[in-house]
Amino acid sequence: MASKRIWDSDDVAGYVFISPWLIGFFAFTVVPMLISLYLSFTQYDMLSPATWVGLDNYREILFQDRLFRQALKVTLTYALLSVPLRLVFALFLALLFVQDRMLVGVYRTVFYIPSVIGGSVAVAVMWRQLFGVNGALNSVLVSLGIIEKNVGWLTDPRTALWTLIVLAVWQFGSPMLIFLAGLKQIPVSLYEAAVIDGCNAWQKFIRITLPLLSPIIFFNFVMQTISGFMMFTQAMIITNGGPFNRTLLYILYLFRKGFADYSMGYASALAWILLVIIAAITALIFRSSSYWVFYEAKGD
Amino acid sequence: MYQYRRWLSSTLYHGFVLVLAFIVIYPVLWLVASSFKTQPEIFQSAHSLIPKSLHVENYAIGWRGFGRHTFGVFFRNSFYITILSTLGQVISSALVAYGFSRIRFVGRNFWFTCMILTMLLPGQVLMIPQYVMFNKLGWVNTHKPLIIPAFFGTPFFVFLLMQFIRGIPLELDESAKIDGCGRYGIFLRIILPNLKPPLVTAAIFAFYWKWEDFLGPLIYLQSTRLYPVSLALKLFADPAAVTNWGGMFAMSVLSLVPVFVIFVLFQDHIVEGISTTGLKG
Repeated sequence: MASKRIWDSDDVAGYVFISPWLIGFFAFTVVPMLISLYLSFTQYDMLSPATWVGLDNYREILFQDRLFRQALKVTLTYALLSVPLRLVFALFLALLFVQDRMLVGVYRTVFYIPSVIGGSVAVAVMWRQLFGVNGALNSVLVSLGIIEKNVGWLTDPRTALWTLIVLAVWQFGSPMLIFLAGLKQIPVSLYEAAVIDGCNAWQKFIRITLPLLSPIIFFNFVMQTISGFMMFTQAMIITNGGPFNRTLLYILYLFRKGFADYSMGYASALAWILLVIIAAITALIFRSSSYWVFYEAKGD
Repeated sequence: MYQYRRWLSSTLYHGFVLVLAFIVIYPVLWLVASSFKTQPEIFQSAHSLIPKSLHVENYAIGWRGFGRHTFGVFFRNSFYITILSTLGQVISSALVAYGFSRIRFVGRNFWFTCMILTMLLPGQVLMIPQYVMFNKLGWVNTHKPLIIPAFFGTPFFVFLLMQFIRGIPLELDESAKIDGCGRYGIFLRIILPNLKPPLVTAAIFAFYWKWEDFLGPLIYLQSTRLYPVSLALKLFADPAAVTNWGGMFAMSVLSLVPVFVIFVLFQDHIVEGISTTGLKG
């Protein structure tokens, strides 16, 4: 019976239950991170053994690699445009659907559909055709008389990244649902008090809705910025980094260095630099949050 | 007068939302319509949503696939990878969630912090070293790298399940204990049955992410016979190689069918899952 008691003790049972994660944490996160850190100081093509090159990879990336700078610029532009636009759109729709009207449930479902399928290869392939020279967008715009002849949205350096940004904004469903849940938690009494004080709809939005929603906006901002940096599937399928590397997103560049050039050491260094950048941006958002995130006083 | 104004506001509201809905959903309708069009029609009347006639044979032509493999093979691979890894993620995450939320063991807070940190760590950052590792293990060009890591808990789901376990009254655990249940009995008889709704939610998201995963198969699979639908579709739709656009659109539509079916059946779970984790994250 003693053995049974040992297995049931908190310390043992706790580790038994978390063991899947704990083993996976070391096997698939800690060890790979250490391997990656080591590889980032080497030259390694997977065929011959890794050779130590010290800080060469980092030096080359930071001071010589023009594609790295391009990838960073593209990724930052992509994240800084797509994330706020998506959140604004999501908030706008959430405000429409928080109203107590007919069919609101149906609308909510319809507007969520793009998010359900948005990350798939099928949608990426579809997007490429929609925005293609002979695609539906040109066809619509020409027949409406907005443009005169077909535009190469994907091949024009000025518009290519925008096709990816529009695709990201199109998937506004998840933040919309999160905002919707947040809006429903704002006490009606606050709005009633505001009406008595003579506030109009805009003032109510600015003084009540936005401040009370700011923690949720903040959370979304952090998570979506991180995932914006990780975009890969669509960039590879729709534009494959082109034209002239105008849509060379960071992960796409990392992927090419690793799996097209087989420069595993260089790609590992790129991954570590990306990690530092993400950490820095996350820290920056957190730091600045005290200026624009409103937390209700605890104790109610 | 008041009634008139209410009617006007309601008409404006619904009119506006319907126009917006049409714009947002247009690409999806367009995809479905294109899958029934003939080759010339796809390019000539590119934006139309109503095919002149329904060319169902696009589906049969597309299904033939490429490289001596039909889309039957690709769908079977996708279901195999997705179902196994979904099961793995859900079961392992439930165990871990119970451990973290109900048992006070030495080092709990430390490990929990580690887990939260890994939630912020994007998987793509680890793709190089994981590839090097799995290559050494001889897992490259097998389904193993896509399935086995799923059996070690997914922090996001652990977190989701923990929110629900907190809502299960502790008295249930206590009374099971009095009835002679140990930790493992409590987990099986009290926690698991009460955890059904969030487990379904987790399963849906696990299914979605794995079904649409593209980078993983792209890195690890070389033989066409091992391809899941996502990777097959990418090669099938390669601009240089596409010969049958109708068939390509048909297979794109087909690849979204499982996603849609689950969405229609489990809408409420999805909404709930996003709302709760989003709020409490």
